[in-house]
Amino acid sequence: MSGRSTDTPGSDRFTIAVFGGVYNNYLALEAVLEDAQARGAVSKYCLGDMGGFGPHPDRVFPLLRDHGVRCVQGNYDHSIGHGLDDCACGYTDPRDNHFAQISYEYTRANTSPENCEWLRALPPELRLSLAGRRVLLAHGSPRRVNEFLWESTTPDPFIERLLAEHDADLVLVTHTGIHWSRQLPDGRGVINVGAIGRPANDGSTAVWYCLLHVDPSTKDLVHELVSVAYDHERLAAEMRAEGLPEEFVETINTGWWTTCLEILPAKERHRSRY
Amino acid sequence: MHLHAQQSHPPAPLLTLNALDTLWLQVTGTLCNLACRHCFISCGPKNDNHPFMSVSQVAEAISGARAKGVRDYYFTGGEPFMHPDIFRLIDIALDAGPLTILTNGILIGADEAARCREIFDSSRHSFDLRVSLDGTSAAANDPIRGGGSFEKIMAGIRALADAGLNPVLTVTEVDEATPESREKFRTLLAAAGLQRPRMKFLAPFRIGREERRGRSYERFERLAEGDLIEGEEELLQCASSRMVTAKGWYPCPILIEESGARMGGTLEDATRAIRLDHPACYTCHVEGVSCRT
Repeated sequence: MSGRSTDTPGSDRFTIAVFGGVYNNYLALEAVLEDAQARGAVSKYCLGDMGGFGPHPDRVFPLLRDHGVRCVQGNYDHSIGHGLDDCACGYTDPRDNHFAQISYEYTRANTSPENCEWLRALPPELRLSLAGRRVLLAHGSPRRVNEFLWESTTPDPFIERLLAEHDADLVLVTHTGIHWSRQLPDGRGVINVGAIGRPANDGSTAVWYCLLHVDPSTKDLVHELVSVAYDHERLAAEMRAEGLPEEFVETINTGWWTTCLEILPAKERHRSRY
Repeated sequence: MHLHAQQSHPPAPLLTLNALDTLWLQVTGTLCNLACRHCFISCGPKNDNHPFMSVSQVAEAISGARAKGVRDYYFTGGEPFMHPDIFRLIDIALDAGPLTILTNGILIGADEAARCREIFDSSRHSFDLRVSLDGTSAAANDPIRGGGSFEKIMAGIRALADAGLNPVLTVTEVDEATPESREKFRTLLAAAGLQRPRMKFLAPFRIGREERRGRSYERFERLAEGDLIEGEEELLQCASSRMVTAKGWYPCPILIEESGARMGGTLEDATRAIRLDHPACYTCHVEGVSCRT
């Protein structure tokens, strides 16, 4: 399969960090990389969507490269990399598309040709072998880059089908911006690592990512969804200085989404402020 | 599988089923407490062409779909809340995955809304309701959906809002489709207590009763091989969903009364490729329609 690669860390005692949805939030990226380092992560993976929403797109790329983060291409990365007209985020509501277009055009105008080229070359997926489990890292879902895997609309039989059709025991994705995980009775499962670029629509300004470890007693993989605080006030100030919409700034400052709401399933929307 | 074979037209595109993601269930068949003039399947109080599905029919269809890893379920009709066992059917579906019910809301009073709220809170899967309304006043809505229907539908919406639920308002835009016309629905919902309005706007299908109210399809409004644009095969809802009624399996929710559309009596029958030769397929192509929320 195109873009497939397999890594097998040499030891069964390790921690890896997996995050996604950077959305230009280089300050949160710095904080997550530091947090992962402090927690002993030996490898770091990013599930894509480097751009959108936040300020200064080009500040993200040196951090990813300097820390040796292995990256998957998200829909945003594909669109920016190829100079497409929109982000192909998969929104259906005109208001959501309106705001998505503002951040897309800002990101496209402020991403260097070198970084566009780098985004263009990212693989659509990565494969790892961890503790005997086949781990697949993708952006939206294993089958479509902009498919949303929400907790309340991803039933177990559908997970089983995805795992079977994509030769995986564990799939890690992002794209929705809200973290969750599900383990099937046989230990296989899905983890949505959430996003580090904006808060999880829960009233907290922190962002979320995932750590995978091997349990020393069972020798099986265990995961931990971790929240990280960062200097969100500085980010908000920089967003305002760049002329980005006040709706985005409000989300950074309050932890509540003000856009992209129509894609939320009823259950996730019910927990929203807006 | 030909939906509407016509030898005088060039061959229509053949569409394979990518994956069965969505199962539609016509739980109350063509029986409805309204007889909307734009209904694409002529549903009404006297149309029992497709009768109610039994509980065992629904359970069997969902069991088969579950085994195939279906992602989500939709109940429609007719009016699903006319089914005497509707809450039993809801439990069966929500045990398998997320469920959306398409309703006109007329049979949803305070008790039904409270029960829906309990289900919403207790289910691990998303439970959603879509309420259909076609105008922001009785004068605009009732000529299409029937005399007195505006007030009854709004009462159902208010009952759901009072129970703390936020249904999606579904509007078929038979005459006007402008930002201004859509904004009026947002205002209407806010006044009914829904401060975070959710809405879906649909284009009419020119079949069923709508063919008589509006106009029928023109001769050129057909798909031919090569008409689908790149990537469209994946986006058309019939690439990833099927409909089951008490009478069998169909490609989509639109075509259940069209001759030749029935695919068979089992889910396996319905996994075959379909030929997009019905004029209604043209609407899905041109308007990008999906019956999903």
